[in-house]
Amino acid sequence: MTDFRADTLVLGAGPAGIGAATMAASCGIDAVLLDEAAIAGGQIYRTIPEEFRRIKDSEANPDLRSGDALRAELARSRVRVLPQRRIWSVAHGFRVYALGPSGPETWHAPTLVVALGTTERIVPFPGWTTPGVIGLAAATVLLKAQQTLPGERVLVSGCGPLVYAVAYGVLKAGGNVVAVLDLSGLTGWLSAAPRLASRPTLAWRGLSWIRAIRAAGVPVLLQHAIRSVEPHEDGLAVVIGPVDGDRRPLSGSERRFHADGVAVGHGLVPATDVTRVLGVEHSFEPAAGGWVPRHDLKQRTEVPGLYVAGDGTGIEGADPALLKGQIAGLTLAHDLGHIDGNAYRGRAAPIVRRLRHAARFGQANARLMALQLGQLETITPETVVCRCEDVSRAEIDAALAAGAREVNEVKAWTRCGMGPCQGRVCGDVIASLVGLHVGGRERAGAWTSRPPFRPLHLNDLFTVPGARVLDPAPAARP
Amino acid sequence: MWRRGAEAAERVNSVTIEVDGGPLIAFAGETVATALGVAGHLHLRNSPRLGHPRGVLCLMGSCQECVITIDGRQTLACLEPVRDGMQIVLFSSL
Repeated sequence: MTDFRADTLVLGAGPAGIGAATMAASCGIDAVLLDEAAIAGGQIYRTIPEEFRRIKDSEANPDLRSGDALRAELARSRVRVLPQRRIWSVAHGFRVYALGPSGPETWHAPTLVVALGTTERIVPFPGWTTPGVIGLAAATVLLKAQQTLPGERVLVSGCGPLVYAVAYGVLKAGGNVVAVLDLSGLTGWLSAAPRLASRPTLAWRGLSWIRAIRAAGVPVLLQHAIRSVEPHEDGLAVVIGPVDGDRRPLSGSERRFHADGVAVGHGLVPATDVTRVLGVEHSFEPAAGGWVPRHDLKQRTEVPGLYVAGDGTGIEGADPALLKGQIAGLTLAHDLGHIDGNAYRGRAAPIVRRLRHAARFGQANARLMALQLGQLETITPETVVCRCEDVSRAEIDAALAAGAREVNEVKAWTRCGMGPCQGRVCGDVIASLVGLHVGGRERAGAWTSRPPFRPLHLNDLFTVPGARVLDPAPAARP
Repeated sequence: MWRRGAEAAERVNSVTIEVDGGPLIAFAGETVATALGVAGHLHLRNSPRLGHPRGVLCLMGSCQECVITIDGRQTLACLEPVRDGMQIVLFSSL
């Protein structure tokens, strides 16, 4: 294991992490930016691999352009960018344990910025584990970073702007969309409209997606959701139906579509495993996506030297994430004594002004994506909720009926959340199911977070790269 | 089945990987998940408790649903770039 030092470590190279690292570096801080991906930008600015040849048209893609601009700024900065680092543990002090291309690394710094973004929530329905059903966020990654369609005939379903972004992306790349289902109705979108209109360029872009989808003759069904998916011939049979204003499935008027790919997602949930391990208090804020680490307006947590920024602190979108990252970078530079109070105020003021404007748009989208309890009714008793351990809703409900009072008890009794994803996929939904029984999400609590944050091979931690290792033959399980 | 699109980029160099002993052409810059998906391999493994078919879900290294054996190691297909001569075994994860 090799040890390295820096003034600050920034976890996550999305807009928030890039903002924090570049701002800190511009104040003379030795900032190290660690990320799992090969190219910086985070999920929102995932880009075409270097091995592909870009076609000129990509200049017209706003996300590619914004991502490229951010990456160029990062390249000009003095930030030490370390891609392909899997962060598997953190400790006070601060220490960050990463697995990189040349083996394990331990990073030490007096300050730490956590900018690890979100995970996607998918509320289960019968058949959601069928191969061919992927997340909306996954579909955006496939389209953006691999220029690949999640099927020849794709059904897109869920809530929030990603639904339309994915449907438009599929059409633009030459695929077919069999239907677009949106949990929200006109009322939901109209109540979001004033905030969405605060960013005319972005709102206009969303409307142009919807126009293109309609122009392609794709049915757009508001207040509809998937009831079930099952394999059918070479593809999937998808049964859909209407939902009420609380997103509860309404009986009758079900329809069947045939697709060979389904992209479905129900909003984003802030990733809090690292801040939990470091002992930060979290509060439950449904409109922000779920549990969020407590922090002040300068992005400080109550743990000295620990800062947070980006969608991991509440869903607001890429632009607010970048600005809040920049504030975090300024704050830590000030706290480390690299800039004085006057310099801080002078540089923070314009960022704060832009933030006030930018945040409204993202918050409107976050509300459209927030979980409504009616959605949980699509989870039938037989439906697997925890995919890793194949735990059904009936098993979770049985544990609750038998007296489990919070999520860690349900986990211990049923094994839900104990598998390799460590509850990232099902955690928010299971906590909501527990909340139904125990009087709300605060009482349901949150799963105790423990390293390793991602599964690892022990060989990777304890062997020298290049040395011969004894790798047991994997057990075949056809 | 997934399909290669060409909205903003062209694939340049082809590579050959081996899936369960058979050759499969892919392109440099693609992940193993993409190479498998466009070849119709969406069912990558079975869940350990009930043995239900599973495939890619999150494509960002979080859900662990696409773990398969790549060159003798249990690896996420969604994060692993294809390399010439790579050996892939499906239905082989724990």
